[in-house]
Amino acid sequence: MREVEEISIEDYKKRSRRSFLTGGAAAAAGWFTFRNIQSAELVDRAPGPLRAVHEINESIWSSLFREDHLAKEYDISEASILRVNGRHGLRSELDLAGWQLNVLGPDGEELGTHTLDDIKALPWHEMNIEHKCIEGWAQVTNWQGARFSDFLALYEDQLPDDISDVYMETPDGDYYVSVDMATMRHPQTLLAYDNFGEPIRELNGAPLRLATPLKYGIKQIKRIGTIQFLRDRGGDYWGERGYDWYAGL
Amino acid sequence: MHWINFPLITIMIWSGLRIYWAEQEFAFGILDWELFAFFPDGFNEALGLDRKLARGLAFHLSFGWLLTFNGAAYLAYLAGTGGWRQLVPTRDQLRRVPAVVLHDLGLRKEAPPKDGHYNGAQQLTYTVVILMGIVIVATGFALFKPVQLSFLVTMFGGYESARLIHFSTTMLFVAFFAVHMIQVVRAGRRNFTSMVTGYEVIDIAPADEPGSSPTPDSNGESDDMVVGTSNA
Repeated sequence: MREVEEISIEDYKKRSRRSFLTGGAAAAAGWFTFRNIQSAELVDRAPGPLRAVHEINESIWSSLFREDHLAKEYDISEASILRVNGRHGLRSELDLAGWQLNVLGPDGEELGTHTLDDIKALPWHEMNIEHKCIEGWAQVTNWQGARFSDFLALYEDQLPDDISDVYMETPDGDYYVSVDMATMRHPQTLLAYDNFGEPIRELNGAPLRLATPLKYGIKQIKRIGTIQFLRDRGGDYWGERGYDWYAGL
Repeated sequence: MHWINFPLITIMIWSGLRIYWAEQEFAFGILDWELFAFFPDGFNEALGLDRKLARGLAFHLSFGWLLTFNGAAYLAYLAGTGGWRQLVPTRDQLRRVPAVVLHDLGLRKEAPPKDGHYNGAQQLTYTVVILMGIVIVATGFALFKPVQLSFLVTMFGGYESARLIHFSTTMLFVAFFAVHMIQVVRAGRRNFTSMVTGYEVIDIAPADEPGSSPTPDSNGESDDMVVGTSNA
């Protein structure tokens, strides 16, 4: 039981006045802080203090990231073709015959180019995972393709040790993402070209897209044209527009 | 700790609605007028989404930590001081809950017996609210990192289910807040003052055991004795 303290009514009035004043000052300070955050200078179109918390969140969750922790997989009967939610980078006409994948090193040097058959020659993998959109919806879908880690193995010898991010962009350069290396190495990160045994549809990202249950859909770029290995974070379409750069799940 | 919840939860609901508007999965009629206003913007691509969803997420995922820390501090405080004994109802007190509720609704004349600091209905409500707080933070983390914290998602029956629980618990918080406010107003000025100062004014007559006989309903400004436990 806590101790009960008796005080006189005069003392009480004094203390309650003090309490209300303190409370009022705290409320005013809180409101002021909130307004300050609202009007703070934007960093990649997010108010500075909130961007800072995004960065703190990233450091917490990326340090807890385990490459052997797998996202849940589902039965194919639960999967359906993914809803189309964005057309950024897909507005120019798809030129399947002329498509090729360009690979660049950290200083922009050309490391190689690939046809779709090159990617198809890598070991085949399939997954039925829950795709999550940053807007809130989720859908179980099917992806078939090559593990990015297998693709990476083709270049490992040529790359410096301090590669930290992979930058990818559409052939027209209108959409681009930057994804951390730990996620790219994860066994559930695929360069997908098929789903449900058919080539991926145009608006779902034909001929080649990134597919991973470890990031929101905004990171899973469709119609990849160029891949660049970087020593630091590269450009990121939505990261530059107020969203969390990491966008990890 | 109690008062910090109000601005924090307000910000969480405000930013949460911005997130919700991006994908209004649960068809709740009340929000229709807002959804209508949102859609033209939403289709306005980058700007529409950017202004609302991105900012909403940034606020939600920042202030969520403050709410989590505040909640953890409060739980530690309850455990450390033994204050939880005032909150968690005993079986006897639970039995008197219907009487309290009927009395408050004006359906039962005689007042239920005084039960110490809080009556049974208050204890039940406040205990449930604390549990709701735990659920809303846990589902929040499940939605925030559904792969890394997959055990939480499993616990709440999947991602969609965690989302629904997160949203419904928010609605329960709003409902609780409405009743909470009505009750505070009904309990009168003295009670409100005691919420802020940690002291409550009691009439002098039953001064033998001050703590157990508060008289919040007594009218008048009798200049009597003041007792309090200096908790905030």
